[in-house]
Parts: sequence; C-alpha cells; structure tokens
Amino acid sequence: MAEQQPILEVRDVATFYGAIQALHGVDLDVAKGEIVTLIGANGAGKSTLLMTICGSPRARSGSIKLDGEEIGHLPTHQIVRRGVAQVPEGRRIFPRMSVFENLQMGATISDPAHFQQDIDRVFAMFPRLAERREQRGGTLSGGEQQMLAIGRALMSRPRLLLLDEPSLGLAPLIVQQIFDAIGRIAREEGVTIFLVEQNAYHALRLATRGYVLVNGRVRLSGTGRELLANADVRSAYLEGGHA
Amino acid sequence: MGPRLPALLKDAALTAFVAAALGFFIVGFRTVDIGSTKGLSFDYQFADLAVAVVAIFVGRLGLSLAAEGQRWPALILGAVLGIVGAGPAKLPSAFLHWFVGLAGLLIIARTLWPSANRAFLQARQSSRGQSATRAGARWFGWILLAVAVVMPLMPFADQKTMDLGVLILTYVMLGWGLNIVVGLAGLLDLGYVAFYAVGAYSYALLSTQYGLGFWAVLPIAGALAATFGMVLGFPVLRLRGDYLAIVTLGFGEIIRLVLINWVDLTNGPAGIGSIPGPTLLGAVFAENAPPGKITFSQMTGIPFDGTQRLVFLYYIILGLALVTNLFALRMRRLPVGRAWEALREDEIACRALGINPTNTKLTAFAIGAMFAGFAGSFFAAKQRFISPESFVFIESAIILAIVVLGGMGSQIGVVLAAVLLIGLPEWFRDLGSYRMLAFGLAMVLIMVFRPRGLIAHREPSVRLRAAPPGGR
Repeated sequence: MAEQQPILEVRDVATFYGAIQALHGVDLDVAKGEIVTLIGANGAGKSTLLMTICGSPRARSGSIKLDGEEIGHLPTHQIVRRGVAQVPEGRRIFPRMSVFENLQMGATISDPAHFQQDIDRVFAMFPRLAERREQRGGTLSGGEQQMLAIGRALMSRPRLLLLDEPSLGLAPLIVQQIFDAIGRIAREEGVTIFLVEQNAYHALRLATRGYVLVNGRVRLSGTGRELLANADVRSAYLEGGHA
Repeated sequence: MGPRLPALLKDAALTAFVAAALGFFIVGFRTVDIGSTKGLSFDYQFADLAVAVVAIFVGRLGLSLAAEGQRWPALILGAVLGIVGAGPAKLPSAFLHWFVGLAGLLIIARTLWPSANRAFLQARQSSRGQSATRAGARWFGWILLAVAVVMPLMPFADQKTMDLGVLILTYVMLGWGLNIVVGLAGLLDLGYVAFYAVGAYSYALLSTQYGLGFWAVLPIAGALAATFGMVLGFPVLRLRGDYLAIVTLGFGEIIRLVLINWVDLTNGPAGIGSIPGPTLLGAVFAENAPPGKITFSQMTGIPFDGTQRLVFLYYIILGLALVTNLFALRMRRLPVGRAWEALREDEIACRALGINPTNTKLTAFAIGAMFAGFAGSFFAAKQRFISPESFVFIESAIILAIVVLGGMGSQIGVVLAAVLLIGLPEWFRDLGSYRMLAFGLAMVLIMVFRPRGLIAHREPSVRLRAAPPGGR
C-alpha cells in the first residue's frame, strides 16, 4: 500500500524547540486511504511531529509534502486550507460556543453550499452531538467533546485527518467508540488518517500501518499486525497495558 | 430565633463598641481653624458619632439576622434604617443620611439575595425559564430604547439631565465599540482612548483648518481611527493577555504625548477651541448664525432655545450608539464575528480550522477603533474644545470597566454598566468627597455578587428551533 502515490510524505524532518532537538530526521509516508498510526512513549516527539506537519513549530530541515506539494514553509491556516484537518491534543473545542457553533467553525474554509449535507453526516455519525446541538461545548462530557472535535474537523471535508491522542483521558468504553468512529471515517468517508496515540493496542489494531517513535527517531515501522506481534513493541508498549 | 437572639445582640453591641472606640477620635473631634493667630481648636461632633454607632448596631444586627435566615426582622430593621436615611428626621450631616440609608438598603439586599439568587438559578435551569429570560432581555432592551428615545421630550429633561444623557450614551457607544475588541475577540485593549483621541482631533483639525462639516468628517475620522487600529494591531498581534494589555496601554500614552508635544499640528496642551458643532441639514444651533449659515430657528420658525442644541446632540449620539450596536450584533452572526469569538476561546484551535488569526484580529482592532473614532468626532463637536487632557488613561480604564462589569460580550450589560459607572458618580455628587468611595464600593459589590459581570450569559449566535439555519 505504501507504494501508492503518498498523500503525505515526510522526509528527514528535524524540529527544534529553541536549542533542544525534538525530531531527528524523521521519514514517514501516508498513502491515500490508509490509517497510519504513530505510537511512542511520553516525550518521544509524537505530537511534535503532528504539529510540525501542521506548520507549528516549523521543521528546521527536511521536507513535508502534501500530494507532492511542499507545505513545510506554509502557515498553519494555509496548510489546513489544502485539505489537512486536525483534531488537536486535548480536543480544544470552543467551550462557550454551542455544539452547532463549534461545527460551524469547523466549516470555516468549506463551501457554504454543502454545509447542511456535512452537518447531517456528522450528526449521523455522532447522534449524541445532534441531541446536544444547542448545548455549550464546555458542558459536554470528555467523550462527547472528543466526538465534537472530530466532527468539527470533518466539517472541512479534509483529505487527510490528523488526530492527536483522541483516547486521552477517556473511559475504556468511550475509547472503543472513538476508535470505531475513526475506522468508519476511513472506510465510509474515504478520509486518510494519521493517528498519534499512546494507546498502542487500540491504535495498532485499527491501523493499516504503524510507526514507532523513540526519542525523536522512527525506530520501527510495519503493518499494524506486524507491530502488534513484535516482541519489542509488546514489551515496551503493550504488556501490562491495554490488552 | 429564641436562643440565638442574645448572642446576636451581644455581637452587635461589640461591633458598635468597636466602632465607637475607633470613631471617638476619628469622628468625634474635628479640628477647626479659628484664625491665623490662634491656630487650631477642637470642635465636637458627638451627635454624629452617636448616630453612626446606633446605625452600626442596628445594621450589624440586621445583617446577622439576615444571615440566620430571619427574613422579616431583618427586613424591618433594613426598612427602619432606610426610612431614617431617606430623612423625615434630620440627622447631623448629609453623609449620615447616605450612610444610614445605604446600610438599610444593604440589609434588605442581603436578606433578599439568597431567594432571588435561587429563583434566578432555577429560572435558568429550566429551558422554559431560559426562553423567558431571553424574551425578558429582549423586552428590556426595547424598553430601554423607548426610554432613551422619549427622554428629551419629558418635562424633567432639563439641561443637567440631557448633559448626563449625552455623556452616558457616549460611554455606551464606546463600551459597545470596545466590546467588539475585548468582549468578542478577547483582545485586552487598555489604550482604547487613543482611537477616541484620533477621532476627536481628526474632526477638530479638519473642521477648524479646512472648514469641513461634522457629517463629512465623521467617515474620515472613522477611517483614520481604523487605520491607527491597524497600525497598532500589526506589531502586537503575537502578544496575548497581559502583554497585549501593556503594549496597548503604552500606545494610548504615546498618542497622548504626541498630542501634547506636536504643537504645530495639535496646538499642544492648549488644545483646539472654537470647533463648530454639528449641523442639521446645514442649519446651525446658535442664536446668531455665522456668515453664510442659517440657524435652526430661522429654518424651522421654532424660537431659539438653548436646549435645542443638546437635544440634537443627544439624538446624534443615540443614533451613533445604535449603529454601533446593530453593527456588533450583525457581525456576531457573520463568519468573521464567529471567528472573533472562536479566537477568544482558543487561538490554536482556530488555526487548526484554517482561520487566519492575524487578519481576524486586525479586523477586530480596526472596527473597534473605527467606532471610537466616530465617538471621538462627536465628542469634539459637542465640547467645541478639546485638549490632550480629555484622553488620559483613566478614560480607557472606565470604558474597559464598563465592558467588564457589564459582562464581556453582553450588549445590554454595557448599557447597565455605563449607567451605573457614569450615572452614579453624577448622582452621588451630594456625597462630596465620598463620591468616589461610593463609586468604588459599587464596583466592588458588582464584582462580588456578579463576578462575571452584570449579564454573563452568552447568547448563541444561532438558534435552531426558532429558524432553520440558512447556509452557514
């Protein structure tokens, strides 16, 4: 699958926070229609890589291409306008705005003509959001907020959806629901997904392929199945964990 | 109340004793000047002290009773103090009337507060109550508007009242303008008065130097102020919160210092005088027309009256303020207005949704500044004389206080807060030097009882059941 024309192509990317280097020459590909996951421990640089793809912080060297176009130099909002939607870490919904308004904000860059169609699709995927459409975002439960963050990202009809730890702080049952929804987004909507997760078990079971990031370097890569079976991965990220 | 009453009485007596001990020297004696050769002598004010101590005893007792849930005794005590304060019996000083009366009001408010608060919370819980609150707010807005429109026609509308009305409306307009920047976009601007000054000087200079009229300059002044808003906005957009506040504060001071020091243009601290007032279809409001102009009374045949000019000014500022309000309400429903609100909530999320934060903030700054520019032009036309004195930091602080006390983002809240903050100091003039104390007390009380502002509730910009969403 990786041999197809990649929708996202990350080559030799190095990112710094001041003098501290967070990413050391990362290579990574995401092909159209894939679910690719990036797993790793706390502080391995997973979120940094995702944010670097979004242009904040910027990569100091290397190249990031979206459908062959270099996007490494663009500001975040320009990257988003090229079809990359982001579900940021910690959800970051607008707490004082209603569910409906949050979804409206998600449609900022898309054509108003298909707003109704898009919002119907989000409500069909997360019926809970439809029930609470007038409720303020900040009063939703954690799981509902995550659904809202994902729904909001889908409102822009992205080609590529970046998710940063969608399972963070959620109950196991809710985590399962969220991952089911991500799977459906990929299958039914045809959205390519790049998923950063600490919850390696769920992420690898869902993913077509996965990468393991250790101290800012890609240590391992393979299909989700291969990585789940890999002894190193099992001992580092799964044993005593969520399996 | 039985067994608790002695304890409460004892507590009140102790409070009164402390007050008496402290007040004995502070209130009981007063030094008076008895001529340059003899120096100072004492004057005794024990009657004042006695009244104050009794009021403190009764007040303390009333507050304790209210806290114990003894509503009727507390209400009676509050009413007694209120009536005494309102003054059938003459107390030794005007201040004591205020002191006793306000103490009575405070007790009554304290007694009714829990049940009023509970009723309010309950009303907000139920969705029916919610729509009732909404309808109430809307009606309240219309009633306020009706009152504002007919006010000048009322018999009690003398010159003093009209002056106050114009002043309050000016601050309502400034509050609504700043509300766009602070309330909607969440950018803390401590230098808002700078744009007010730009508008005022634009009109003053263009009218005195080039003979342009008020209505011709109004859009120019707005545009100039908006330009200054962008000039300020551009370098400070990366800053947030406290840092932004400091830089805008500095900007406000820079504008003021430029006005003082650029004497060739602004005439420096001496200010600019004989600024012409606004005209109505070319007619001026004066007893005698300047050459080439006609007066309002010549045009209409209505005899000249000094208050006509004030009434005219009143309706101009009312109109300008309403335009500001309608504009802000309309903006909230447009994508850019929603982007302002989203930016206030979470800038990072905004970026992730493809919003350009730079442009969004710049528009908020520029539009907020534009309305300050309009208000500034009006101010110059009303005062007919301006100097840098009028554009000091305290003005920015008052406008910001109006927005914050009103409840950030609430349009009606701004009106209430402007009436309180601008009106109260005027009504409290009888209090003399205690005026600002009462003003400060009012502000503290608002923040204690309504920490998120008078009207903290945020209305969604779309309501789904009422109407199907059209487009985005």
